[in-house]
Amino acid sequence: MFDQLSERLQSTLSDVRSRGKLSESDVDSAMREIRLALLEADVNFKVVKAFTKTLKERCLGEDVMSSLDPGQQVVKIVNEELASLMGGTGSELAMAPSGPTVILMAGLQGSGKTTACAKLAQYFKKQGKDVALAACDVYRPAAVEQLVTMGERAGAHVYSRGTEADPVEIATWALDEARSERRDVLVIDTAGRLHIDQGLMAELAKIRKQTRPHDVLLVVDAMTGQDAVGVAESFAEVAEFDGVVMTKLDGDARGGAALSVKAVTGKPILFASTGEKIADFDKFHPDRMAQRILGMGDVLSLIERAEQQVDEDEAEALQEKMKRDQFTLEDFLKQMKQVRKMGPLSGIIGMLPGMGAMKQLKNADVDERELDRVEAIILSMTPRERANPGIINGSRRKRIAAGSGTKVTQVNNLVKQFDQMKVMMKAMVNGRMPTPQQMAKLAGGDQRAPRPKIRRR
Amino acid sequence: MATTWQEIVDLGTRSPGGVATAEEEAPEQRRGVFKRLRESLSKSRQALQEEISASVFDKIDDETWELLEEALILADVGAPTTAAVVERLEQEVESGAVPMDGIAVRDRLIEILAEVASTGRAPIDLSAEPAILMMVGVNGTGKTTTIGKIAWHLSKEMGLSVILAAADTYRAAAAEQLETWAERAGAELVRGEADSDPGAVAYDAINAARTRGADVVIVDTAGRLHTQNNLMDELAKVRRVIQKQIPEAPHETLISIDATTGQNGLRQAKVFSESVDVDGVVLTKLDGTARGGIALAIASDLGIPVKLIGVGETLEDLRPFDPGDYAKALLAE
Repeated sequence: MFDQLSERLQSTLSDVRSRGKLSESDVDSAMREIRLALLEADVNFKVVKAFTKTLKERCLGEDVMSSLDPGQQVVKIVNEELASLMGGTGSELAMAPSGPTVILMAGLQGSGKTTACAKLAQYFKKQGKDVALAACDVYRPAAVEQLVTMGERAGAHVYSRGTEADPVEIATWALDEARSERRDVLVIDTAGRLHIDQGLMAELAKIRKQTRPHDVLLVVDAMTGQDAVGVAESFAEVAEFDGVVMTKLDGDARGGAALSVKAVTGKPILFASTGEKIADFDKFHPDRMAQRILGMGDVLSLIERAEQQVDEDEAEALQEKMKRDQFTLEDFLKQMKQVRKMGPLSGIIGMLPGMGAMKQLKNADVDERELDRVEAIILSMTPRERANPGIINGSRRKRIAAGSGTKVTQVNNLVKQFDQMKVMMKAMVNGRMPTPQQMAKLAGGDQRAPRPKIRRR
Repeated sequence: MATTWQEIVDLGTRSPGGVATAEEEAPEQRRGVFKRLRESLSKSRQALQEEISASVFDKIDDETWELLEEALILADVGAPTTAAVVERLEQEVESGAVPMDGIAVRDRLIEILAEVASTGRAPIDLSAEPAILMMVGVNGTGKTTTIGKIAWHLSKEMGLSVILAAADTYRAAAAEQLETWAERAGAELVRGEADSDPGAVAYDAINAARTRGADVVIVDTAGRLHTQNNLMDELAKVRRVIQKQIPEAPHETLISIDATTGQNGLRQAKVFSESVDVDGVVLTKLDGTARGGIALAIASDLGIPVKLIGVGETLEDLRPFDPGDYAKALLAE
């Protein structure tokens, strides 16, 4: 999402870095680049102006100019300022001390409220909470049906009274129900509305007054342009929202709206919605996101996700096996299944440090079907073959290929890649990082893929 | 004079029925719409004008051009198109082609903006029988709503028989949403099971149109981010399925772009165009404060013109795009 911005900043700052010493004109040209990059990223014009001004002041400060490595210092400052622009360290939702926590969702049409409601419900569900949704979008055709279907998928109860009732009434009724049914969380979906539509904005204010939500969340599309700030300001006035859910962050929008909303309204971005699936929803970590912009990777998020999905004992057992070089195709299959539980691979690669600079790898379309094929091939092997791929001869290959519906060459490739991987794994567990070439070869899959040109910075 | 529906839609040899009523309503409607567009753009105009009146009406110098650039960037026109427009204006003023006078410069700016917005201008081609119109775009940009409104205009104003194909089989309740619109527009709906093949739905709809001699098939597709390669491939496949039945179809492919979209809109139009050969843009949600300047970037960079604009919730609020009105509403008083 922030890729292009990240690339621009990286190239600008690597110039500064390589020079060692920093002059005022160096700083000026870096600021120009940053300014343009931010504008191209849809960061609000006024925010850009203020941001580069602060940045420049800090960069020209005594401690930077006289430091041993000013380039490094600038990177650090840009990182810090980007993070604070997006909201400092992660903020939290306010939860009710007792009774249901009420969360009111608001936003423009098409920003992704209904989907975000279901995703939020699933997020709480995973924490073991009893979640309910209130269907208060009575205007858009079939919005109620959409929420009912998605709510069911998320495992949440949906309070709906069709499209004839008044949204304010539905909301208060749903809250009463949630109270008497002792739900932990009630998420109220509302109709998309324009911030200048006075009638609908008044209705929103009324829902807010009647339900006294613990949190009001504004749903903002990451692709929004300069107008994001005006929209957020109007909603802040009427709905007094407490935080923002950024949606559609899985596209290639540079997400300048994310940078601007916090800067102008002071309200933090709490959640990021990053994909089509209901599980593609995460806490927003501004500090980590800034590091990701600068190509430092988002390792913390990755570890957190892995913790949720991967069985720790099993992981340790696997690591022990890798160390002893006893890692088999059976283990590989298990591991692959665990990794895939963490979400689409392309997303995971983006979180790894250094990968941002490896353009081809980053854009390498990780074909999930390719992984299905690998699974099929391994599943067509006998336990002996999985434990000891060395015994797989020509006739076994033919059988495996026929069994998995693949070609013999594909079986060959898998066995070959597995051998390479074992070497790498051994090195990794023993504390040596694999070279990017090795990584790329592995991630790139088959031999047809051109060797990625690595631009290391 | 604003562009009318009759001008923006090419019906070929068909003689549209029901035109009489449409014409009776037209002048009233047109005024209403013009007013509405003005009103809806008034906020953006105010904002732009703050920047512009402060600059253009005083003396014309470097600061003028800088302020103009800022104003256009704030309207989401984007840096490259903004630079091109302002540079051209600056050169014309310096060469003396445009007098160094605030009002003359402003009028010329409107002309240039209108010219950029007119790039590749053509009517929506519905001359074939049946004509196939395919609607594509990113999630939440207003595809289904736009289709409902187009269907209403074609059916109620022009007397065409319309079939809607609910090929968004992915989003929960998308077909139900389209069904509501089909009822309002008096159009027929062809739908499949949830999560069924969208190509099959398009196929069935075209078959139905042929058997029943319907005039237009409008194919709704699931919203998708242009970065999802597998979903873009799926879209290309829907197009191929349509082409197998009618080689020249879809006769018109429209992409809906949300007016609040920033620079990413250019990527959307480009990638969708590579996959399904887009003929025009429907610029939706222009009734907010967003100025939809990205449409200028799309026209100037990709040569894909805006054909329709959405300026409100009601059926009449989907309107033919008029470059002159748009540029004027954006800048004039």
